[in-house]
Amino acid sequence: MTAKLNEDTFWMSGNEAIALGAYEAGVAVASGYPGTPSTEIMENLATYDGVYTEWAPNEKVGLEVAIGASFAGVRALATMKHVGLNVAADPLFTASYTGGRGGLVIVTADDPDMHSSQNEQDNRNYALAAKIPMLEPSDPAEAKAFLKTAFELSEMFDTPVLLRITTRIAHVKGVVERGERVSPATAPEIEKHPEKFVMLPAMARRRRIFVEERMKRCAELAETTGLNVVESGETKRGFITSGVSYLYVKEAFPEAAVLKLGMCWPLPEKKIRDFAASVDLLYVVEELDPFLETRLKAWGIECHGKDVIPSIGELNTAVVRNSIDPERNKKDLFAPVELPMRPPNMCAGCPHRGIFFNLSRMKLFVSGDIGCYTLGFLPPLNAMDSTVCMGASIPMAHGMVKALGEGAHSKVVSVIGDSTFVHSGITGLINSVYNKSAATLIILDNRITAMTGQQPNPASGSDIHGAVAQSLDLEALCRACGVKHVRVVNPHEVPECRKVIREEVERDEMSVIISVAPCVLLPELKLRKPVSYFTNIDNCVGCTSCIRLGCPAISWTPFAEGEAEARGYKKSQKGYSRIDEVLCNDCGQCASLCKFNAITRGEGKS
Amino acid sequence: MSDIKNILFSGVGGQGILLASELTAASLLFAGFDVKKSEVHGMAQRGGSVTAQLRYGTKVYSPLIDPGCADIQMAFEEMEAVRYLPYLHRGSIVIVNTQHILPPSVATGQATYPENVLDELVKRDIQVIGVDAFAIARDAGEVRTANVALVGALSVHLPVDEAVFENIIESRVPERFREENMKAFAAGREAGNQ
Repeated sequence: MTAKLNEDTFWMSGNEAIALGAYEAGVAVASGYPGTPSTEIMENLATYDGVYTEWAPNEKVGLEVAIGASFAGVRALATMKHVGLNVAADPLFTASYTGGRGGLVIVTADDPDMHSSQNEQDNRNYALAAKIPMLEPSDPAEAKAFLKTAFELSEMFDTPVLLRITTRIAHVKGVVERGERVSPATAPEIEKHPEKFVMLPAMARRRRIFVEERMKRCAELAETTGLNVVESGETKRGFITSGVSYLYVKEAFPEAAVLKLGMCWPLPEKKIRDFAASVDLLYVVEELDPFLETRLKAWGIECHGKDVIPSIGELNTAVVRNSIDPERNKKDLFAPVELPMRPPNMCAGCPHRGIFFNLSRMKLFVSGDIGCYTLGFLPPLNAMDSTVCMGASIPMAHGMVKALGEGAHSKVVSVIGDSTFVHSGITGLINSVYNKSAATLIILDNRITAMTGQQPNPASGSDIHGAVAQSLDLEALCRACGVKHVRVVNPHEVPECRKVIREEVERDEMSVIISVAPCVLLPELKLRKPVSYFTNIDNCVGCTSCIRLGCPAISWTPFAEGEAEARGYKKSQKGYSRIDEVLCNDCGQCASLCKFNAITRGEGKS
Repeated sequence: MSDIKNILFSGVGGQGILLASELTAASLLFAGFDVKKSEVHGMAQRGGSVTAQLRYGTKVYSPLIDPGCADIQMAFEEMEAVRYLPYLHRGSIVIVNTQHILPPSVATGQATYPENVLDELVKRDIQVIGVDAFAIARDAGEVRTANVALVGALSVHLPVDEAVFENIIESRVPERFREENMKAFAAGREAGNQ
């Protein structure tokens, strides 16, 4: 949600600002894969006219699309979360050699503290490893400005440029000024430049030398660019910092001299040496790895860094202040009060719940994957035993079965969502078939990339604009991969699903179960008026079958001492279950489990 | 010393915390303050405990509130009013929607909802203002205006004219629910004046 303050001033998130920046920079082609905290960049860019945007099936494809567009002479953007850049690392490292024609910028959105991620890798290391310049803004206004600068640098130095943001840039809102849309210098046309577009060894060896020289020239620019600025102040304690850490330094030590590095790779050695010489005590304040500090130490510059500042998790003003000067603004804090935890949960009516309920009862090793369904790990379902990265579920199950030997296929099952399967699960499935695995795969097809906020994917039947698109036929795809046994189930029919899962798990050949039911958060499902289920309290025997689903709409009401008998129930009954009619989303999983006719769909009930 | 004030929004994913914090931020911006707001998307939104952090003043750098520095907490649920206690200080104002949403462990009978949980705040000299936002919203004619009622209660504690809030809300809510939202806002303001 963007607020307009006046004709040219807006209040927007870092991601919205990057989208505006891409539009103003004249980006013509943009591709990405959804991933928190990067998703809203492409979602917002898709609302601007004159920019081609798309959701790619994964980040590698997204970056390759952008490289192609750059070769064709237009400005191109690829967006992804930090772990997405691992997937896109292959094209990234060679695009460093090729450069492009139109500017090429990659946004990497890192997630320190792992708010919604499986690790907290510091992607500044990619700039070093791939020999690519990296810019690092501190707030939404800078995010927009730096993205535009990144395109200029890309064309000036014939290099891809990385823009690194973190959660506290992406999902922070601040004031942003609108600018003019520029017309890039290059026009779209076919030009052949084999010496830089075809990376055969002979050409790559020449470009390897170019890369080295280019980074030297970039380092010279780093000395003079306005991206790297010294803010004068008290020199008793001086700070070198970048990204969001700069803001924490400004609040914790407003009086101090600061060297703010908007360009965090390559580094301006002379500027840093001069600044270091101008202060008595130098602190390097950065989130995660000692990326800047390591360079300084290699140059023999004395400084404090990770000896006092944590390298794990996010920083904030208090952490920066207390790490460096614990006596300043000392506060006695209230200790937390112990409360029941409130972890995230699958939604009421979520189709994944039925599958995980079954898996939780079957004593299998569940090789899981990345998406909403990773929440199947949490109690009361506790039905996920491993999660590593996008697409890992299928090969990991295969590896386990090969390790465990004969009969192991009936003890291990892999579970993956539709979007994750298309992202990087298909090759794993092909491997399983090719190498004679017999571990069952369950594809949870809810028609959408749900965890990041319902973005369409190649199996959804619609594109980024909601227009009709070819829908990938997952069943036919599995068969084409060589899977002989493919079964489609409705996850809301819980006992029926259990039967199918049991049969397929026992089977001594590779099988796939596709569980098909749409995400309840899909706009078209939110528009329908769900009919609520309700408990016939007279029939409820308190068996807790429905409670064990862990549905947010179902709660347990315990009986007080003697209440069961007084109300005409068996003395041993401990309580009854109740369905919240407002929260119920009409899936019927609870009713399919109830053996006592105590749960009915409220048709005709007002 | 800086003049920055901090508002912590807390509640359960799906309660409309983002909209309430957006309306508040927009009103503060129009009143002439620099405003920054931080939120977390993705995993955190699936019915879990969520927060949004809002800071305003002449010039705001950091988007995050330090522990012990939240001047006002706008809590959408009673237990979520207490969960972030380390962010509060003596004299903090907590405006709380007097509603209970049962977390999974309570709903399944594994744990119990703590009794009189708001006493934890009162006994630490934190000013608690309870608002029955659901009742206000129902009386206003539309139960989905509960978060606007809470914004109303919050608005009386902010240095922003009532009219600024009214303009923002009028321009942001669907036209067919405008009257209900304005009613909820007015009633919320009354409830906040405790």
